[in-house]
Amino acid sequence: MPSLKDLKNRISSVKSTQKITKAKQMVAAAKLRRAEERATEARPYTERMEAVLANLSAGAKGNPNAPKLLAGTGKEETHLLIVATADKGLCGGFNSSIVRLARERITKLQGEGKKVKIITVGRKGNDQLKRLYNELIVWKTNFVDVKQVGFGEAREIADKVLSMFEAGEFDVATLFYGKFKNVVTQIPTAQQIIPAVAPEGIVAPDLGGAIYEYEPDEQDILTALLPRYVGVQIFRALLENVASEQAASMSAMDNATRNAGEMIDKLNLRYNRARQAQITTELIEIIAGAEAL
Amino acid sequence: MADKLHFNLVSPERELMSTEVDQVDIPGAEGMLGVLPKHSPVMTILAPGVVRVKDGSEETRIFVRGGFAEISPAGLTVLAEEAVMVKDLDADGLARRIKNCEEDLSDTDTLPETRRHAEMELKQLKELQAAL
Repeated sequence: MPSLKDLKNRISSVKSTQKITKAKQMVAAAKLRRAEERATEARPYTERMEAVLANLSAGAKGNPNAPKLLAGTGKEETHLLIVATADKGLCGGFNSSIVRLARERITKLQGEGKKVKIITVGRKGNDQLKRLYNELIVWKTNFVDVKQVGFGEAREIADKVLSMFEAGEFDVATLFYGKFKNVVTQIPTAQQIIPAVAPEGIVAPDLGGAIYEYEPDEQDILTALLPRYVGVQIFRALLENVASEQAASMSAMDNATRNAGEMIDKLNLRYNRARQAQITTELIEIIAGAEAL
Repeated sequence: MADKLHFNLVSPERELMSTEVDQVDIPGAEGMLGVLPKHSPVMTILAPGVVRVKDGSEETRIFVRGGFAEISPAGLTVLAEEAVMVKDLDADGLARRIKNCEEDLSDTDTLPETRRHAEMELKQLKELQAAL
């Protein structure tokens, strides 16, 4: 049976924990709104890019000279996994679920006798993956010092990936990130970025019977476009990741705040009972003493 | 003017412009391209340079780098990796930054990382200066 003082200490410690989780929840809510806005603002560019690419890649299909970024290297020997996670914890199962998805993929690929290389983006994913697959991690980066993830960061990752591809260090690249569906649902997603999969379901704009003129020509545009497309995909994944992280953090902190509230209620009840028991004991002692006289 | 051209300028981070204008000149990979309403559909890579947006007597100049443009009956869309309003640039500040970069490069004990960054920045700044 803990003493009154112990109970009092525990109540105050849970109370201060609750203050922290509550503050973190509000910060996450504010950041989430910003992150969502940024994801929305980035959408027009991605959509235009996808439309153009869908348009061009339809023409390049079956062409033996199609760029490797679109057609692939012709084999699937080495896989590159780009695992994007957050730099910070306190966001529930967000990081773990992305890492789990990546780990399942690694086990599967290794079971098939394929080679696996890993790039980690974000500190948490790196922490979790290096325990098991330290020798597979070829490059890592994080945004601890970056205040707001911009296109520059995405391009840096894309440049690294592209230079590795040109050096023939891998055949297939897959990007892992948390797709932002809504505030309560974030879906860990694996998306293949090299060879590029042309987005489906995009309708080419109606040209009214005219045909596009290409300057310089289709092939050149495609060659210039594909590396950028990789960058854009990574950028979008990063933005979605930020939004997902904040959403996950918000709901995790909401839960924690509620749990702390319940715990405080329970402890208060125990504290009051113990206090009452003490008073009763004291009264009995006094009465017993008075009777003995 | 009866006909207007719908002009969209988007960068990866956001949509910068979406207006109706009279004419837009874009720096295509094979030379400047003047786009008027009802232009035939064209898709082109952009060279680093200045996009001129003309509406009535107003002219807006925007420096763009790395991107491409698509002309369709719906209008002109410029996708630029970087876009800066020319009026936001000032020649003195630019010259100073160029000098800084050059000093970084001439320093022998600069880290390779910083050197790479400085080289890239210098290239961009030179392009900007040329645009002014």
